[in-house]
Amino acid sequence: MRPFDHQTPANAHTAVHLAAAHPTAAFLAGGTNLVDHLKLGITHPDLLIDLSAATTAAITELDGRLLIGAGARNSDIAADHRVRTRYPALAEALLSGASGQLRNMATAGGNPLQRTRCAYFQDTTTPCNKRRPGSGCAALGGFTRGHAILGASDHCVATHPSDMAVALTALDATVHVLGPDGERTIPFVDLHRLPDDDPTRDTVLDHGDLITMIELPDSPIARQSRYRKVRDRASYAFALISVAAALEVTHGVITDARLAFGGVAHKPWRARAAEQILIGEPATDDTYRLAAETELANARTLDGLDGGNAFKVPLLIRTATAVLRQLAEEPR
Amino acid sequence: MNTIGQDIPRRDGHAKVTGTATYAYETPADNAAYCALLQATIAKGQVTEIDITDALALPGVLTILTPGDVQKLTPVENTELHVLQDNEIAYRGQIIGAVIADTSDIARHAVELVHFTYHVDEHDSAYSPDRDDLYTPDKLVTGAPADTSTGDVDAAMRTATHTVDHVYSTATNHNNPMEPHATTALWQDDTLILWDSTQGVHAVRTTLAEVLDLRPDQVRVICPYVGGGFGAKGEPHAPVVIAALAARALPGRPIRLALTRAQMFVLVGYRTPTTQHTRVAADDTGRLTAIAIAATGQTARIREYVEHAGAATRMMYAAPNRATSHRVAALDVAVPTWMRAPGECPGMFGPEVAIDELADALGIDPIDLRVANEPDVDPESGNPFSSRNLVACLRQGADRFGWADRAPRRDGDWLVGTGVAAAVFPAFTMRATAAIRYDQGRYTVEIGAADLGTGAWTVLPQIAADALEVPLDQVDVGIGDTSYPYASTAGGSTGTATWGSAVLAAVETFRDKFGTDPNDGDEAEGTHDQGPFNEQYATYAFGAQFAEVRVHADTAEIRVPRLLGVFAAGRIINPRTARSQFIGGMTMGLSMALHENSELDPRFGHVMNHDFAGYHIASCADATDVRAFWIDEEDPHVNPLGAKGIGEIGIVGTAAAIVNAAHHATGVRVRDLPLTLDKLLPGLP
Repeated sequence: MRPFDHQTPANAHTAVHLAAAHPTAAFLAGGTNLVDHLKLGITHPDLLIDLSAATTAAITELDGRLLIGAGARNSDIAADHRVRTRYPALAEALLSGASGQLRNMATAGGNPLQRTRCAYFQDTTTPCNKRRPGSGCAALGGFTRGHAILGASDHCVATHPSDMAVALTALDATVHVLGPDGERTIPFVDLHRLPDDDPTRDTVLDHGDLITMIELPDSPIARQSRYRKVRDRASYAFALISVAAALEVTHGVITDARLAFGGVAHKPWRARAAEQILIGEPATDDTYRLAAETELANARTLDGLDGGNAFKVPLLIRTATAVLRQLAEEPR
Repeated sequence: MNTIGQDIPRRDGHAKVTGTATYAYETPADNAAYCALLQATIAKGQVTEIDITDALALPGVLTILTPGDVQKLTPVENTELHVLQDNEIAYRGQIIGAVIADTSDIARHAVELVHFTYHVDEHDSAYSPDRDDLYTPDKLVTGAPADTSTGDVDAAMRTATHTVDHVYSTATNHNNPMEPHATTALWQDDTLILWDSTQGVHAVRTTLAEVLDLRPDQVRVICPYVGGGFGAKGEPHAPVVIAALAARALPGRPIRLALTRAQMFVLVGYRTPTTQHTRVAADDTGRLTAIAIAATGQTARIREYVEHAGAATRMMYAAPNRATSHRVAALDVAVPTWMRAPGECPGMFGPEVAIDELADALGIDPIDLRVANEPDVDPESGNPFSSRNLVACLRQGADRFGWADRAPRRDGDWLVGTGVAAAVFPAFTMRATAAIRYDQGRYTVEIGAADLGTGAWTVLPQIAADALEVPLDQVDVGIGDTSYPYASTAGGSTGTATWGSAVLAAVETFRDKFGTDPNDGDEAEGTHDQGPFNEQYATYAFGAQFAEVRVHADTAEIRVPRLLGVFAAGRIINPRTARSQFIGGMTMGLSMALHENSELDPRFGHVMNHDFAGYHIASCADATDVRAFWIDEEDPHVNPLGAKGIGEIGIVGTAAAIVNAAHHATGVRVRDLPLTLDKLLPGLP
């Protein structure tokens, strides 16, 4: 762990300009992942830009949309009555993540930007293309139980660890970003990227880009949403797989659907192909299963010292089927 | 006046929950310096070059210990203590240096600035029971032979009407006490003082004095509180030697060294994986005709430690034909050690699942099957058991748990089943001396024992007060300091029985000398040594573990909503601390069953999931209803106190009960731990 400077700019513009002027600066929000990385030697910023004064923690409404300040704590978002009633999948995702202590620290802006917990990424004595480009992917041939089955490359098979991000992906959220060149918005589904040949980049954000707000659309279907996380222990474990889903059923026929998967790819995985299968079909297990199977038709599973991750395919199909069934049978 | 058996609150409880109990790293010390370890990033080879220029130039760095540049140490049996004696690297993560600096931050920064060059040798860190270089250890850590055989198991297996013949396996587990290993070390006036987190202050003193070529009276070890050990603090490991060397390098300056959690996965031992080829044969009535276990495990090439997983099978059930064996692979890996119920904990997994499989095949209730195979005497030694109340534990547990009408059922999305397994752990004692002194109406007992969370601070005063026939609040006890008389290490579930027996001996001597009306300053000592009892009787504690398991019908997620254990462990001194020991062991057994799994990547030679996000330990949400009961057991033969150990038996059999319950719920038999959902999923409809 190396010494670093620490500044607390008073507003987002100052924070962004500070970052732009320091190529190895890092934004510090809740610190639940960055501080680990400092201790582990994964990253060595010379300046930490503390966002506690630069971002808002407020959750506000505008024309039926919900605007979540980047500084809002995960625990506060999960407890917000509007989130709980209009976007229940988001509240459930947040509450399924980490531990109570971590949720009290983690922020809306920081949570989606947390990095993979791949053991080979976190151990600086082993090769990792994400941490040290060109050094190789030690996960290949190693322990792969937690690794990707969709969209991975030969360079990286890591999964994105956030639960919150899976719900935001399903619920058509938008990210407000302030960069050195000004403000812009990015559909949440486009925030994260696949590893391809550059796994060092988790998202489309550039250095100096700051998430200021996460926007949830006015969405009737989001009220009928759920988040289901499957993990190895009852609490405080990353998802083996997870499902965020919203379903609209009229007279036994699916009229609209949102579906996203976690724990399966380098990014939260929006299951567009599955949604296309679902819409217009009868709300039955056969439909749900076919939809999930279709989405996973191109899944590539990994062998591993631990038996690999092939189990994720049937697990995800069964879980997605169960979640959709539950949404259809027990409307909120 | 009888405090034994009463629910007495912990004497150290208030200090612990208010954060005022001082642990080793928190020992008040002026002008302390901080030590950070340098570790090998290869699994085998030599250090050929070390560049400490940048690190030494960092302001605040005081000195850097490097291989070959420290005091020549005396060779001892525990070879992991020979730190920095040469350039050889025997496992990845081995200590190859240490930085001492004015602050912890500076020391850790300096670690990043030391550059090593290695000559890399090909390493071999891959455990497999199928290796062709497995060897037979000379003997087990208990002193027992590695292999035993009575009758002809092969023939019995061929002729029996019912047999079970499967390979079971347990995973590598790390002890992982909450408090990491930590030391504050001070070298002053030719004397070394170590405030060290340990299960035995005297053991640390004896070993460190030998290694450092000091007289024992030049070493004082102090340890009032321990934040858990589970065996990993049972004997000194390399870091405390480093702390001592650092202290000698900076006389008069207290040195603080605490391991990081990642270092806890390398430097202080672990339970090795075991493979258990288990065979059981029975006639139609369920009487066993044979029971056998062939246990395989691993050890470190630089020091042998063999998990004696076959030991329990030797004495557990009556069967005319019995065989046990131990084979081990010596690998380029970190050194294993004792972990809670070494031998019995992993060793009661395979056999207790096999018994369940046999019960299934026979259509006999698994409790009845166990009862039918109760031995009259210890099958191994032929000696009578000093007491053996397994059947009582099984019967009482069945009543309390609601074992009757145990048909598997479905409750909403959950498949529900129940399972049972037996538990056993040897009851023996070691050597200890207690001193007792009278002064101004109070008695003070001093003994170099350790309380690693077990309750010694509380139960030793109870034992003393009852023996003295005085109120509990007139007795003070001092432990955790080598300035007190010699006491054995808190290990093998021997602490309370050993130290308590020493206290009884001291009280007896004191009363003989001074009667019931002593003068101020009257003082006496008493010693307990391992009695002759052990040679006449087979001495064991027994238990029965019951588990309810729920498996989600869609996802195969596994939950254990209920664990219930009944134990027969001799005289229970304090029900509060005893219950805590039992349910702690059972919870750790649940954790072993479902979660704990150190993933050693043989390509690199070290455990990859070396933090608490990656190495899962049962969370509170996983252990929701864990209950422990015990039967009143009077055993006059086991030791003067009549107490058997209770620290370890709680973890024995738990995993088997859970795996058996998961099978009952789903019909899927899992034979390798941990039991994770991917192993059940293919068998679900």
